[in-house]
Amino acid sequence: MNQEFKKTTFRDDYTFYNSPESIRRFPFPFWEDKYMYSVNIEPHVKGPAGSVYEFPIDINEHYVSEMADRAIVLKEDPLRCQALPHMMLAQWDFLELLMTSMARDYPQWFSLTTEGDHWHWINKPLGIDQKFTFGDPSTLPQEPMEYIGRQCQGDFSIQDQRDGQLWMDAGIITTQADWSLDFDVGMNFMEWHGPVPLAHDMKVFDRALKFLLNLQLGQPVRRLNWTMTINPRLDTSPENFHKWGSDRTTVTPENVGDKVHLRVELQALFRLPRSNAILFSIRGYLIKLRELVTVPKWGRRLPRVLGSLPMELIDYKGITRYRDTTLEWLAKYDDGQPTSPGGGPD
Amino acid sequence: MSGADIPVRVARVETVAERIKRIRFVPVDGRPLPTFSAGAHTVVTMRDGAKTIKNPYSLMGPLGDTTGYEISVLRTNNSHGGSQFVHEKLFEGAFVTISHPSNLFALDLRARKHLLIAGGIGITPIMAMADQLHQIGTPFELHYSTRTPSSGAYVDELKQRYGRKIHHYQTVSARRIDLANLLSQQPLGTHLYVCGPDVMIEDVLRLAREAGWPEQHLHAEHFTSPRGGLPFDVELAKSARTVRVKEDESILQALESAGLEPPYLCRGGACGQCETAVLSCDGNILHYDHYLTDEEKEQGRKIMICVSRIKGQRVTLDL
Amino acid sequence: MLVDGIKSRPQYPGLTADAFAKVHVFAADGDGAQAVIDLFERQGRDINGRVIVVYADTAPGAPDYASRLEALPVELVHCMPTVATAITRLVGVLNVARMGTRIYASGTETMIGLTVQLAQELGMDPATVITEHRGSRARRVQCVHCKGMTENVTTNIVTCAHCGLSLLVRDHYSKRRAAFQGVCVDAEVRGEIPEITEIFK
Repeated sequence: MNQEFKKTTFRDDYTFYNSPESIRRFPFPFWEDKYMYSVNIEPHVKGPAGSVYEFPIDINEHYVSEMADRAIVLKEDPLRCQALPHMMLAQWDFLELLMTSMARDYPQWFSLTTEGDHWHWINKPLGIDQKFTFGDPSTLPQEPMEYIGRQCQGDFSIQDQRDGQLWMDAGIITTQADWSLDFDVGMNFMEWHGPVPLAHDMKVFDRALKFLLNLQLGQPVRRLNWTMTINPRLDTSPENFHKWGSDRTTVTPENVGDKVHLRVELQALFRLPRSNAILFSIRGYLIKLRELVTVPKWGRRLPRVLGSLPMELIDYKGITRYRDTTLEWLAKYDDGQPTSPGGGPD
Repeated sequence: MSGADIPVRVARVETVAERIKRIRFVPVDGRPLPTFSAGAHTVVTMRDGAKTIKNPYSLMGPLGDTTGYEISVLRTNNSHGGSQFVHEKLFEGAFVTISHPSNLFALDLRARKHLLIAGGIGITPIMAMADQLHQIGTPFELHYSTRTPSSGAYVDELKQRYGRKIHHYQTVSARRIDLANLLSQQPLGTHLYVCGPDVMIEDVLRLAREAGWPEQHLHAEHFTSPRGGLPFDVELAKSARTVRVKEDESILQALESAGLEPPYLCRGGACGQCETAVLSCDGNILHYDHYLTDEEKEQGRKIMICVSRIKGQRVTLDL
Repeated sequence: MLVDGIKSRPQYPGLTADAFAKVHVFAADGDGAQAVIDLFERQGRDINGRVIVVYADTAPGAPDYASRLEALPVELVHCMPTVATAITRLVGVLNVARMGTRIYASGTETMIGLTVQLAQELGMDPATVITEHRGSRARRVQCVHCKGMTENVTTNIVTCAHCGLSLLVRDHYSKRRAAFQGVCVDAEVRGEIPEITEIFK
């Protein structure tokens, strides 16, 4: 990809949109025509060139705009980035993973040179040139997780592993789907997934946890998760729910295509080497329904999936108020033709 | 797991004490090895003629050295273990493969203080822990007991690095470690780590519990070497095959020799990766692992094939 | 927003004596004192070593718990007027404590929550604290919007004592904050508030 970075907004005037290329590579999360809950974990291995899976860390045309939005969120609410004191080692692991991946996979934008503990990082799109000592937090303007987290798309949480559990003891979370890092920091895997309906009874989290506890170094895994958002707002945090919640009542048959967005999270999990912690990268992708239906297969499939969603999940994902209007709008894109298996465009 | 193995060369073999050799591996392709966390181990795969030996060893450190990994191997009398091979046939220049490091004995970095206790060859993961704690500046003490002065590998090295934090004891002399006293003097928020012979681990954990330490603050390296026993047959339900498990091999080893690749991680009954469903068994399962709960062991529907065996003729597994 | 059956909801299995502990530190408020008294009756012979009780005397008109605690075979009872002062005293007691000290907490969820929070700050795993709920089911609620704590919440919905938003009290509980989560209930349509009921009595 050698596109220019877009200058768009995710708040106020909401100028965000996807280029045709960006639409084609959107990670459409539905593999079949009806909704199925599954853990769907697969190895996070290199995917086709140009796809969101090409590199472990995906940087795309929205990079500069998303980083600007993150800076606004952190300015208004510094608690969106927190690390408990025992997570410093994991913070350095995190910084190393991001800097080495970004510099290796996007050399036109990022560079990293190291000589022992003396590191030199250059981020051209954001105009950053930083020399620092690896392992010494006083040589960076912020703690390592915040420093590099402000320069990489996606939210990140870091899980400490103890007593057969994973504990969310650090994170930089500014684009979350309605959960609070400030409240959840320090919780274990079962506790922070507490509010998720249905899955506990299905033992989904027990199985997922058991799998993750044995996650191996150098063998990251990934899965997709999704929700829907009104307006291309990245900061759909509970902290600001009283500010954005009313957006859900603004959907009309006329504005569905521009207002309603499918929001997909590419969640990747990496074992971190020094700390034995696990990094969750939660890389969000937004797409307007008007953009989504330009891929005929997705236009056919989305209404079929939304129509088969259990009530508990509609409620949990906050779709209740605008589901019917959205389904009516989508109906005209479903001509009843069969769809091919898998999520990608035909 | 073999897909992720790293080919390495033996760069150095050094006798550091009675029956203990330190081995240094360096990557064949010269690319940096993964950084690892204190307490991590690697599974080393060695070829002894037609036989393949896979053994887990703790990584000693120094941490952050990505040019090579170091392990220490105690020569034991266990005929089927890898230690005899390592001591007699593993020379500088030999090629073996190692797994990516994984950790079942990690530090709890929330602790306000760490109490490290090692016996004999159990010093290896504890050395990496001391290195880590020294680097991040958290208070720690290391208490290390060995059979005789000359069997005490690494005492001088440790004393040089960490000074008075190192306490050395010789179990044959009168200077035995006064555990009860030691355990009663630690500030609230201390975590304890113990690695050494099974008997020692059990002793330390029992004394700590009796001193009122909560379970959550006790950590032990619970590697078990597969032990031999009577031979038996394993019937594999899915692949409709029968494999003989000989006296001196584990079920996992027998399956691997037969060309199968069941998942594994620690090969020491600790991680749970090789948990396998038992469909039927004409005798008793001998559970030697530290993973299954007592209740699960009682029920007899699961077996950890890396260490456990059966006392009987035939067991049918869901493989 | 779901409210019920959430897994982060703490469990309080009830006090049991740790027969191995060398020092027993009890933190209790209000009717939590009775849980301590009951434990001594039930398992007194298992409680060896020193015993220190920090008690927040917050049950007005209730039985004279302070003197009943004094009557137990304990070394010291610190009787404090409020939960906040009891926690401050507890810091003093635990700061110099050694491993082998067992911490117990009984009474309101607030008292238990703050004791567990303190234990964590002192490097103890939160699961090592032995807990029993007694008395009011009133909750300590953190407003997710302004982060303010509203104490003694008995109703769902509740008005945030700090920013004034109407909050739905979820069963989502944070041990670190020692609080339940409150989320604006009428964010979608301002003023559309479900009936307010007293449920945490």
